Amino acid sequence: MTQISIRRLAAATGIDTRLLAMAGALIVIALVFNSFTQGAFLSPRNLWNLAVQTSMVGILTTGMVLVIVTRNIDLSVGSVLGAIGMFAAVVQVQILPPDVWWNTPLTILCAVAVGITIGAFQGFWIAYRAVPSFIVTLAGLLIFRGVAWMMTEGRTIAPMEENFQLLGGGLRGSIGAFWSWFLGGLAIALVLFRIVASRRRRHRYGFAEKPLWGDLLTGGLWVGAISAFVLTMNAYNRPGTQIPQGIPIPVLLLIGTVLIMETIARTTRFGRYVFAFGGNPEAARLAGIDVRKLVLLVFVIMGILAAVAGILATARLNAGVNSTGTLAELSVIAAVVIGGTSLAGGAGSIAGAILGAVIMQSLENGMVLLGLPSAMQQVVIGSVLILAVWADVVYRRRVA
Amino acid sequence: MRTPLIEMRNIHKQFGGVVALDDVSVTLHRGEVVGLLGHNGAGKSTLIKILSGAYEADGGEILVDGAPVTIRSPRDARANGIETIYQTLALADNLDAVANVFLGREIVTSLGRLNDAAMEHATSDVLAKLKVVDLKSVRAPVSSLSGGQRQSIAIARAIHFQAQILIMDEPCAALGPQETAMVANVIQELKRQGLGIFLISHDLHDVFALADRLTVMKGGRVVGDCHTADVTQDDVLAMIITGRPPA
Repeated sequence: MTQISIRRLAAATGIDTRLLAMAGALIVIALVFNSFTQGAFLSPRNLWNLAVQTSMVGILTTGMVLVIVTRNIDLSVGSVLGAIGMFAAVVQVQILPPDVWWNTPLTILCAVAVGITIGAFQGFWIAYRAVPSFIVTLAGLLIFRGVAWMMTEGRTIAPMEENFQLLGGGLRGSIGAFWSWFLGGLAIALVLFRIVASRRRRHRYGFAEKPLWGDLLTGGLWVGAISAFVLTMNAYNRPGTQIPQGIPIPVLLLIGTVLIMETIARTTRFGRYVFAFGGNPEAARLAGIDVRKLVLLVFVIMGILAAVAGILATARLNAGVNSTGTLAELSVIAAVVIGGTSLAGGAGSIAGAILGAVIMQSLENGMVLLGLPSAMQQVVIGSVLILAVWADVVYRRRVA
Repeated sequence: MRTPLIEMRNIHKQFGGVVALDDVSVTLHRGEVVGLLGHNGAGKSTLIKILSGAYEADGGEILVDGAPVTIRSPRDARANGIETIYQTLALADNLDAVANVFLGREIVTSLGRLNDAAMEHATSDVLAKLKVVDLKSVRAPVSSLSGGQRQSIAIARAIHFQAQILIMDEPCAALGPQETAMVANVIQELKRQGLGIFLISHDLHDVFALADRLTVMKGGRVVGDCHTADVTQDDVLAMIITGRPPA
C-alpha cells in the first residue's frame, strides 16, 4: 500500500525514488545527530558551517559524475586542486602587485587557465593515447602533489587579498539577508516559471500531462525548500553582532556550478553524448560522435572545477598550503557513488551526487560535534560507503 | 544500362598481413535487395564496415549514383545517405528510444539546447509508421524493450533520416517469427520506396524470401553473383562451401 503510493507520488512529481530515499536517509541522520547533540546539529550556526564545508567537495562531484559516467575515474582531483590553490596564492601574493582591483580577477583567470591545461593534459593521455584513466590520474595524484610542494619548497603563502578571501566564506564572505532573499525569490520565480512552461510545451505537442496536483506538490516543495534554506542562512548572525550572515559565497559558487553542470548534462548534445558513450561506447562512435574529443572535454571540465575548488580552499584557509585537498578525491568519489552513479558507466545524476556530498559531510560534521575520535570517524564513513552502494545494488535489481 | 545506386570497385583491405578483402566489386540498384552471403571470415562484415565508414579501405573506390565519394567515418557514410543497422543494433541501452533514434543528429533549438519535445514527437511518428506494437513509452530506456522493438528503433533511426542505402546486418538473427515477419514487411515497404538494401544473413531461407540478387563471398573474394530467381538454395549453399559458381 505505502509502496504503491510512494511510487505514484514519485511519478506525479517527476522526482526519482532514489533521490527520495536519499533525502529520507539525510533527514534520519540529521534527526539522530540533533537529538544526541542537544540540538546543536540543526542549529543555524552548524547548518551554515555544514553548507560551507560541503561546497568544495560538492563542486568537484558535479564533474566527477561526468567522468564516472564515461567509464573513467579521476584520482587526481585532490592534488590538482592543491596545486592550483597553491599556484593562485603564488600568483596573488608573489607575482601580482597587492591592493589593486585587478589582482583577484586576474589570479582567478590564471588559476582557471591552469585547470584547463591540466585537464587537457590528462584527457589527452586518456582519450588520444588510450592510457587507462586510473593510471593517468594516479600519476596525476603524485605529479601535482609534488608540483604543489615544488612551487614554494613547501612554504605556506599568505595572506590573500581581502576580496579573494570572500570566496571562501569566512567572516564577511556571505551576502547578507537582503540579497539572500532577493536570490531566493528569483529562484522561486524561476522554478514556478519552468513548471508552467513545461506544462505548456507538453500540451502543445499533445503529450500526456502530469497531474496538476503533482506539479503543485513539486512547486510547493521547491518553494518550501528554498525558503527554509534562506531562512536558515539568515538566522545565523555574524559573531558578536545582530547582522544576519545570509548565503555564504562558496555555497553560491556551488549552486551556480550545479545549475551550469545540470544544464550541460541535460540539455546539450555534449551531455547527451556523455551518457550515450557511457552506455555503449561503440554505439556512440558508430553514431558519428567524436568520442575522443568527448572524453578530453570531460577531463577539461574536471580541471576547471578543480581550479574553482582550489581557489575556494585557498580563500577559506587564507593561504596557499601544499597539503590542501589531500584525500579530497576519495570524498568526492564516495559522494558520487553514494549518489547513485554507477562505476560501470552510463548512469548517474548530479543532483544525487550533491545529496551524497551533503550526507557524507553531515556524517563527518555530526561525528565531530559528538566528539568521536577521528579513527572512529573513518571506520564509520567507510562502513557507510559499503552500505550505501549495497543499497544501490539492491535498488537497481528491483527496478530492472 | 542504369547507373547503380552504389558501386564498390576493386576494394582491398588488409589487417596486418591478413588480406580481408581482395579486389572485391559489388553493385546495388534502386529498389533492389542484395543478399551478401558467405561463411564467417568470408569478408562480408569487413566490406559492409567499409561502406558504413567503420573501417577505411586500403584500395579501390566507392561510387554513389555514379559519383566517387570518400567515406572515412560513419558521419561521411550518413552524409551520402548510407545508413547501417548493425547486428548488435548499436543502441545506447541506458537511453530512451528518442535519444537513440536521434543519436549524433539531435534536433536543437536556436539556442543550441536539445529540443526533446520535437524529437519525441518525430520518434512517435516514425515508430507508428513502422507499426511497432506494445511500446510502453518512447521515454523508457531501450534496455527494457523486446528484441523486435529494439530492432525497430534501429530501423527507425535509419529511415527517419531519409536513407538511400540501407545496410542490414543479420536483421532477424535474434527475433521471433512474428517479429521476423514485421522486419520482412518493413524491407518490402522500403524497397517500394526505392531504397537499395544490402542484407547480410546466415539464414538462406530469409535471404531467399527477401533478396532479389545474391552476392556470395569466400576468402575475401566475390565468388558468385546471381539473381535469386535463377538459383536454388542448394546451388547457393554449394557456392558458399566450395567457392565455385554452380555448373
